[in-house]
Amino acid sequence: MRQTACAALIALTLPVLGSTAMAGTEEAIAEHVMPAVTGFAQASAQLQEAAAADCTSAAVQGPYNAAFDAWLGLSHLRFGPLEVDGRVSAIAFWPDNRGFTPKQLGSLIAQEDPVVNSAEDFAHVSVAARGLFALEMMLYDPQFAYEDGSYSCTLVQRLSADLARMAQEIATDWEEEQAPLMLSAGEPWNNFYLSPDEPLQVFYTTLLTGLEFTADTRLGRPLGTFDRPRPRRAEARRSERSLRNVELSLIALRDLAEQLAQPIPITEEAFDEALETAQELDDPVFAGVEDPTGRLKVEILQQRIQAVRRAVEGEIGAQLNLTQGFNSADGD
Amino acid sequence: MIPRRAFLAALAAAATAPGLSWADAGSPAYLAAAREADGSYALHGLAGDGAALFRIALPARGHAGTAHPKAPEAVAFARRPGTFGLVIDCVHGKVLKVLESPEGRHFYGHGCFIAGGDILCTTENDYTARRGVIGLWDRRQGYRRIGEIPSHGIGPHEMLALPGDVLVVANGGIETHPDRGRDKLNIPSMQPSLAYVSPQGELLEELRLPEALHRNSIRHLAARPDGLVAFAMQWQGEVSDPVPLLGLHRRGAPAILAEADLGEQMAMRGYAGSVAFDGIGGQVGITSPRGGRIHVFDDTGAFAASLHRGDVCGLAGSPGGFLATDGQGGVWQAGAEGLSAARRADCAWDNHVVTL
Repeated sequence: MRQTACAALIALTLPVLGSTAMAGTEEAIAEHVMPAVTGFAQASAQLQEAAAADCTSAAVQGPYNAAFDAWLGLSHLRFGPLEVDGRVSAIAFWPDNRGFTPKQLGSLIAQEDPVVNSAEDFAHVSVAARGLFALEMMLYDPQFAYEDGSYSCTLVQRLSADLARMAQEIATDWEEEQAPLMLSAGEPWNNFYLSPDEPLQVFYTTLLTGLEFTADTRLGRPLGTFDRPRPRRAEARRSERSLRNVELSLIALRDLAEQLAQPIPITEEAFDEALETAQELDDPVFAGVEDPTGRLKVEILQQRIQAVRRAVEGEIGAQLNLTQGFNSADGD
Repeated sequence: MIPRRAFLAALAAAATAPGLSWADAGSPAYLAAAREADGSYALHGLAGDGAALFRIALPARGHAGTAHPKAPEAVAFARRPGTFGLVIDCVHGKVLKVLESPEGRHFYGHGCFIAGGDILCTTENDYTARRGVIGLWDRRQGYRRIGEIPSHGIGPHEMLALPGDVLVVANGGIETHPDRGRDKLNIPSMQPSLAYVSPQGELLEELRLPEALHRNSIRHLAARPDGLVAFAMQWQGEVSDPVPLLGLHRRGAPAILAEADLGEQMAMRGYAGSVAFDGIGGQVGITSPRGGRIHVFDDTGAFAASLHRGDVCGLAGSPGGFLATDGQGGVWQAGAEGLSAARRADCAWDNHVVTL
């Protein structure tokens, strides 16, 4: 229903614009963004329902992982609806360098804070104690093990409902506000996108930033330095999703790249190589970074992703005449 | 723009430079460096509403500059480690003089006037001795280099003149050497500071950050007439560390370090590119092109608003609040209530907007 509405909207908007400057943007919204935000809203709603029916970790882990999988389809779209009310941090508070998530969850539980009883109040709880990483702590960390009927059980239900609410808001905002705004870029009344090529710049920057995040943060954090590898800094290691997140993020970024420009054989080949390397890596939480052989494998994967980035710049950047932000890439 | 230039050319033929005022320059309100659509670099003079007044080609990427307090003249600097400064006649949009940093020094991209506009001060790197210096140039002698004083730190970046000709200097703390480009050579031991320096080079007062924040490079400054100084920082630790990026300081008092809520703070990605007080002075803003946002605080450090725009970096006070520029050519009026597009130019605006 939602997708149909969006497709109709695009169909209506297209002939009015009739501009080639919108090519790439239209495809990215219709084929990449809308399916991702709708899928995440559905998966999060299912997580909320599952937790409401049975809050035990055994019952919630499956739908939790499905929601996390769906999140990776849009986690790189860090603009517009994901930025409203700090949603992106509230959904995925990571990296957590200072251990805020366990501290704040521990404090809620110790005080049996009644904030969990109200959807509205819970929306104002610190971003560190909400979203997928708070849920992961509750569902997988033995320190937070809980039983049916406990405060923690209610907390898991509230965390799931809060996530579902944000996911639905993101889907609605994309459909009703962000997509129309981007598709009318350059119209005199559009006070956000001042020319038709600006949305394409936003998607292009998003693609590069997403690749950077996966290479530098998802892999770079556990790699640490040769003298001091940091396997416990791997993303979502408790749920053993670290490598899976890298793979799913690459699949999502590849999809975005393919919507932005065609043909892109060099970029596609670079993505293929990175994805193959990831699939061959038998190390779900990058525990191998502590020994030289295991570390080398993770480093090779990181290099493959950096090569994708160069391919994107050389091929898509050149085709669309885009570079990364002038100030963000090289400030002073 | 062309008729205006023709007009200015006619004016140039008739007029002699001395005695002209900012009004003769069409009262440009701002200067901003840019990368042009063809990849070359230029400096633009902008009216209060962001409209184009003049454009001067630059030999390389520019950074910031400073306006003479009385004469319609400004000095624009190369981006570090550049070695040129251009003295610009803002009436005719022409270069009056090219300053070259002395042997063994390079500019950092900022400077200011003291002594009623007679002396230009420039932040510079004495890279062999690994110390920051402030170059002094005498405008009355055609901007002759007359000496230098210590900045009392490494990597002096922005510097402003406060009432009484006290120089406030953001010593970023980061050691660089032109042989190594923009490589940062001393991150583990860096010690940024905010230094108050007399024109004779005495250290009048120094602010240092708590040890846990020693990697927070103090880089850009704004000052209010009552002596309140705002400083913007660039974190050299992990991008996801939620550290403060704005400080407020008044001489003799402890600094206030201002932060937004956790999620917003992390979204700045450890980087503030410019800082400015708004036109009224009650609010202060910082920009993060990496986070694609402007954070607005009140003058006690309380967080007021987050405004989103990709690659936004230049920021200056304007009568209605702030004027902001971005890498897509956008010029914006900004305030706690939001962003409003003023203009889109066919260029990528560089890091700073200089108020004239």
